[in-house]
Amino acid sequence: MENTVPITARPSLRARISALYENDLWHSFRSHPSAIFATVLLAIVAFTALFAPMIAPQNPYDLAALELWNSEIPPIWNEAGQWPYILGTDTQGRDILSAVLYGSRISLIIGFASVLLALSVGLTLGLMAGYFGGWIDNVIMRMGDVLLSMPFILIAILITAVANASLPPGLKDVLAAPILVFAIAVPSWVQYARTVRASAMVEAKKEYVQAAKLIRVKSWRIMLQHILPNCLTPIMVAATLNFGVAILSEATLSFLGVGIPPDQPSLGTLIRIGNQYLFSGLWWIVVFPSIQLCLIVLSVNMIGDWLRDALNPKLR
Amino acid sequence: MKLRHILLATAAVASFAGSAQAENVLKWGANRDIGSLDPYSYGDSFTINVLNHVYEGLVRYSKDLKIEPALAESWQILDDQITWRFKLRDGVKFHNGNPFTAADVVASLTRVSDETSPLKGNLPAYVSSKAVDDLTVDITLNGTYPLLLNDLTNIHIFDEEWMTENDALLPTDIGAGTEGFATYNANGTGPFIVESRQPDAKTVFVVNPDWWDEPQHNLDRIELTPVNSAATRVAALLSGEISFTNDAPVQDLPRLAAAPNVEVLEGVDLRTVLIGFPFRETLTMGEPNPFVDKSVREALHKAIDLDLIHQKIMRGKSRIAGATVAPPIPGYVEALDDLPGYDPEASKALLAEAGVPEGLEFEFNCLSDGLVNEEQFCQAIASMWSRIGLSPKLDVAPRAVQSPKRTNGKTDVYTLGWATLPLLDSYSPLLQIFHSQNGNAGVFNWGGWSYPELDALIDAAGSELDLETRLSLQTEALQMVKDETIMIPLHQQPMAWAITEGVAEMPLFPDAKPRLWFARMGEGS
Amino acid sequence: MIAFLLKRTANAAFVMLAVALLAFVIFRFFGDPVEMMVNEQATQADRIELRERLGLNDGFVTQYTRFVTNAVQGDFGISYRNQQDVMVLIKDRFPATFELVLVATVISLVVGIPAGVITAVYRDSRLADMLQLSSIVGVSLPSFVVGILLILVFSVSLGWLPAFGRGETVDIGWWSTGLLTPSGRAALILPAVSLSTFQVTLVMRLVRAEMLETLRADYIKFARARGVPTARVQWRHALRNCLMPVITLTGMQIGNLIAFALVTETVFQWPGMGMLFIQAVTFVDIPVMAAYLMIVSLIFVVLNTLVDVTYAWIDPRLRDDTAGTNG
Repeated sequence: MENTVPITARPSLRARISALYENDLWHSFRSHPSAIFATVLLAIVAFTALFAPMIAPQNPYDLAALELWNSEIPPIWNEAGQWPYILGTDTQGRDILSAVLYGSRISLIIGFASVLLALSVGLTLGLMAGYFGGWIDNVIMRMGDVLLSMPFILIAILITAVANASLPPGLKDVLAAPILVFAIAVPSWVQYARTVRASAMVEAKKEYVQAAKLIRVKSWRIMLQHILPNCLTPIMVAATLNFGVAILSEATLSFLGVGIPPDQPSLGTLIRIGNQYLFSGLWWIVVFPSIQLCLIVLSVNMIGDWLRDALNPKLR
Repeated sequence: MKLRHILLATAAVASFAGSAQAENVLKWGANRDIGSLDPYSYGDSFTINVLNHVYEGLVRYSKDLKIEPALAESWQILDDQITWRFKLRDGVKFHNGNPFTAADVVASLTRVSDETSPLKGNLPAYVSSKAVDDLTVDITLNGTYPLLLNDLTNIHIFDEEWMTENDALLPTDIGAGTEGFATYNANGTGPFIVESRQPDAKTVFVVNPDWWDEPQHNLDRIELTPVNSAATRVAALLSGEISFTNDAPVQDLPRLAAAPNVEVLEGVDLRTVLIGFPFRETLTMGEPNPFVDKSVREALHKAIDLDLIHQKIMRGKSRIAGATVAPPIPGYVEALDDLPGYDPEASKALLAEAGVPEGLEFEFNCLSDGLVNEEQFCQAIASMWSRIGLSPKLDVAPRAVQSPKRTNGKTDVYTLGWATLPLLDSYSPLLQIFHSQNGNAGVFNWGGWSYPELDALIDAAGSELDLETRLSLQTEALQMVKDETIMIPLHQQPMAWAITEGVAEMPLFPDAKPRLWFARMGEGS
Repeated sequence: MIAFLLKRTANAAFVMLAVALLAFVIFRFFGDPVEMMVNEQATQADRIELRERLGLNDGFVTQYTRFVTNAVQGDFGISYRNQQDVMVLIKDRFPATFELVLVATVISLVVGIPAGVITAVYRDSRLADMLQLSSIVGVSLPSFVVGILLILVFSVSLGWLPAFGRGETVDIGWWSTGLLTPSGRAALILPAVSLSTFQVTLVMRLVRAEMLETLRADYIKFARARGVPTARVQWRHALRNCLMPVITLTGMQIGNLIAFALVTETVFQWPGMGMLFIQAVTFVDIPVMAAYLMIVSLIFVVLNTLVDVTYAWIDPRLRDDTAGTNG
C-alpha cells in the first residue's frame, strides 16, 4: 500500500495527487455510494458540531440564557412552533437544535479523544511488549488479559461511578468529559496493543534488530518504520469501528446517568432527560437527539465497514 | 381505533386469567421499593407508610386525619404530668396468632428507642415504659409534652415473643454483617399480611381475615411493584399492567386523564419545599460565606420567579408558599404566606450592597430521587440565580449520595421537603429543622444556624400542654423564621395518584400516604 | 493436554485474583462505607466504633485477604441498601437475567445464521443488500434507543406487549422462571429482542464472512464439480463448517450479553442482576457492586477458558507451549 513506499524517493506533488486518484482505496471509495454518503453525512455532522458556537441559535450551557417562559415549544412546523426554535425547546427552555449540536460536539470529541488515547497507549505498550519481551511483555499482556476478562461496559461504568462518587461537585463539571474518555479508553487499548505486539515480535527476531541490539544502537526508529506499516490496516479499521463504539459507550453511560451531567448535556444525556417525557407529548426532546446519535454512529460504522472490506484483499 | 380496543380488551382478559379468579387484586406501581420489611430499619417515610398496612400503632389517623384509638382503646395523663397510661385493645392477634399484650408494646418501644435505631428521633420525649397489667402500659416522658399521640401514630408494634424467637429484639445492626430477621419477615396486627417479598421486584400482601377492625376495604391482595421510571409507570397504567400508582408524573397528567381506562386523583401535598442556606464561616470552595448575611438570603429569595416555576415546572398544580408550613398545619396563619415578590433588579442591588463578588460560585445540592420535579426546579432556580450574577454549581444525585454531604456540611445551598409527618403540626419543622443542633433538636438543621430566641420559643412550645398557647408560640417562631429568611419556601408540591377502571375508591390524603385499608375495587372485576 | 489444561486454569485463577484486587481497591477506597451505613443522627463516636468493628482500620493485605477468602466462599457481605446477604440478592436475580440472555441468544442464532447465509450466498441480490444495510443499522442503534422505540410502538401505541417487569413467574426450587406463564413469556419478548439486536448483526456478519471463505474452499468447489446440488452444498456442507466459529462467538458473547443486559434491564425495569447493579451504582451500595463485578467476570473467564480448552482439544496445534514437544 501507499504507506510502504520508501520516503526517500518523494515524487512530485502532481504525481502524488494523480497517484492518489489512481490508488485502489480511492477507486473503491468512488464506487461505494454508501461510503460516500456516510462520509458526507459525517462531515456535515462534524462541521456543524465543531462550529456549534457560531451556528447554534443559543448557547445551551449558559444557564442565564435559558428562559423558562420559552419551555416546551414544539418544532417550528407545528402550529405552536416559534422562531428561532426550529426543533423546539425542552422543559427548561433549552433550544433542542442548539442542544443537539453542542451534544454532538461532546459526543464526537469524547469518541475521538478516547480512541486517540487508547491508540497511543495501545501502540506504546504493544511495541514495548513485543520489543522487550520477557517480564515486561508478561506484565503488559497480563494486564490486558485482566481487562479483557471483564465486560467492556462494566469497566467503563465502574470507572465513571467511582469518579462521580469521589469527586467534589465543583470539579465534576470540568472533569466529567475527561473521565469518560479515560473510562472508555481503558478497556479498549488492549486490542491495539495485541496487534502491534504480534508485528513487533516478528520484527524483533529479525537480524537487523538483533544486530542493532548487540551494538547498542537504538533500533526504535527502524522498527517503527517496519512495524507500523505492517499493522496499519487492521489498526485503522479497528480505530474507525472503535470510534463508533466509543460514541455509543458515551451515550450509554450518559443514558444510565453515570456520564455527562444534565447542565452540559451530551446526546445520551439528552435522551435520558427526554425519555421522562416520552408520553407527555414532548416527543421532540427525545427524538431529535436519538436521530442524531444514530446518524453519527451509522455513518462511522459505514465508513469503518467499507474500509475493512476495501483493505481486506480476500474480500475483493 | 376499534382494533386497538379489542386488543386492549384481549390483553386485559389475558392478564386477569393469569391471576387467581374472583379476587380483588390491587396492582400498585410505586416509584420505588420499600427499603425493608422492618419499619425500624430505615428512617424513611415511604417504607413506614407501606408497612403500616402490616404493622399498626397504639393510635392512628382516621379518614379525616384526626387521631383515633387503634391498638390502644383509651389513654390518660397521670398526675405527675409526664406519665401516660394506655389501655390496650383486648382480643387483638398478631398474624402468627399470638395475642397482643402490654409486653409487646414495651418491647417495641424499647426497640425503636434503642441507641442504634434510626427512628429514635421519632419518639423524642420517650424515657421508659412498663407493663402495669396485661392490657395496660405506662409510658414515661422527659417532661410535659403535647405531641406524644402524634408521635405514636407511626410507632409500629411488634410481637415480643416473635422477636425473642428470632433474635430481633434490637434493631438490625448493619455493621454486624448479618441479615436481620425482621428485615425479611413481618408479623404485625394490621389489615394485611406479607405473603412474599422480592426486593426491587415485587412484594405481595394478602388480606388479614382476622383483623380486629371492621374492614372498609374489599381487597384480597396487594402487589407492590417498584417502577422507577416515570415513563414506564405511565405506560404500565395505560396498558393496565398496574392499577394504582401513588406517583403519577405531573407532566403526564393530561395524557393519563385523557385515557379512557385511567382516572387521575389530584391534590396538594402538605409537603413544603424549602431551600436551605449554609451558616458556616466559609463555603465548600473556601470563599467567605456571604449567606450569613440576611440581605443576601433575601436577594436570592427575590430572584426566584415562584410563579414561573408554579406554571411551567409544576404545571400549575403546586401551591406557591410564603410560609414554611402548609395552611392545614396547626400553627399556620395567613400572614406567614406573604411573598417578597419577584424582583431581580432589587436582588442585584442587595447583592452589590452586601459586597458579594460577581460570579460567586457555590454548590447547589439537589436530589434526583427526591421531590416532585426536583431536578427541573433546581435547574430553573440555578438559571434564575445566574441571571443576578451568581454562579451556582448544580449537584444532582440520589439521596443516598447526597445525604452524607448534607448532614456533614459538605455542601452549600440545598433543598428540603418537609411534610411535618407524622406529627401534622408545625412543632415538627420548628424542632427538627429550625432549632439549633442539640440532641434530638435540629437534626435537620444542616445549615448550622442558631437563633437563641427562636430556640427559647420552640422549647416553650414543646412543653406547653395548652393548645392555644402552644400554637401562638409556634406561630411566633414561624414568623421569626420567615423574617430572618433562614430558608426559602417555594411551594407545597402537587400530589397526583392514578387508578385504572377496576378501582372504585381510593381516598387521597394530604399527607400523601396511601391508606389502602380504605380502598375498594369495583364489583365484578 | 493436561499441562495445557492446568496452564489455562492457573491463568484464569490469576485473572480472577486480579479482578478481585481491582474490586477490592475500588470499593475499599472510594466513598466511605461508614458514611453510607450510619443514619443521619449518628455521632462521631458511633462512626469510629463502626469503623473499628467493620475492620476498616486493619492493614491493606489483611483486608484484601479477608475479602478474597470471603469471596471464594460466596460471602460478599450485606447490601447497604437492602440489608440482605448480597449473594442471596444476586442468586434471586440471576434467573431473570439468565432467561433474558438465553432468549436473546436464541433469537440471535435463529435470525442471524439464515441472514448471514443469505447475504453470503446471494451476494449481490437486493435482499442481501437490504440485510447488509439493516445489519449496519443494527450495530449503530444504541440498545436503549431500540428499547424505547419498542416500548413506544408495541406497548403504548399498539398495547400488545407489556412495557416492564417479568409478568407472572413460577418457582422451580430457587429458580423463578417466567417461561412457563403466558404473561411471563409476553414480558420477555421486547427486552430479548432489544438485547439481541447487536448480537444478531454480529452472528450474521460472522456467518457471512465464514461462508464467503468456505465457499471459496477447494472441497466446496469439488462438491459442486461432482454435481452435488448447489443449495445442498451451501446449506449443509458450507454452513456446517461455519458453525464452530458461531458457537465460539456465542459462548464468548454470553458474558458480554449479561453485562449489556444491564442497559436493557434499566429500560424495561427487568428485575435482573443488571438492574440490581445499576441501582447499587446509584445508591453506592458497594458490596453489591463488588459482588456483581466478580460474578460477571467469573462467568466471562470460565466461558473463555472453556472455549480455549475446547479449541485446543479439537485442534492440538493450538496448545501453544506443548505444541513443540508433541511435534
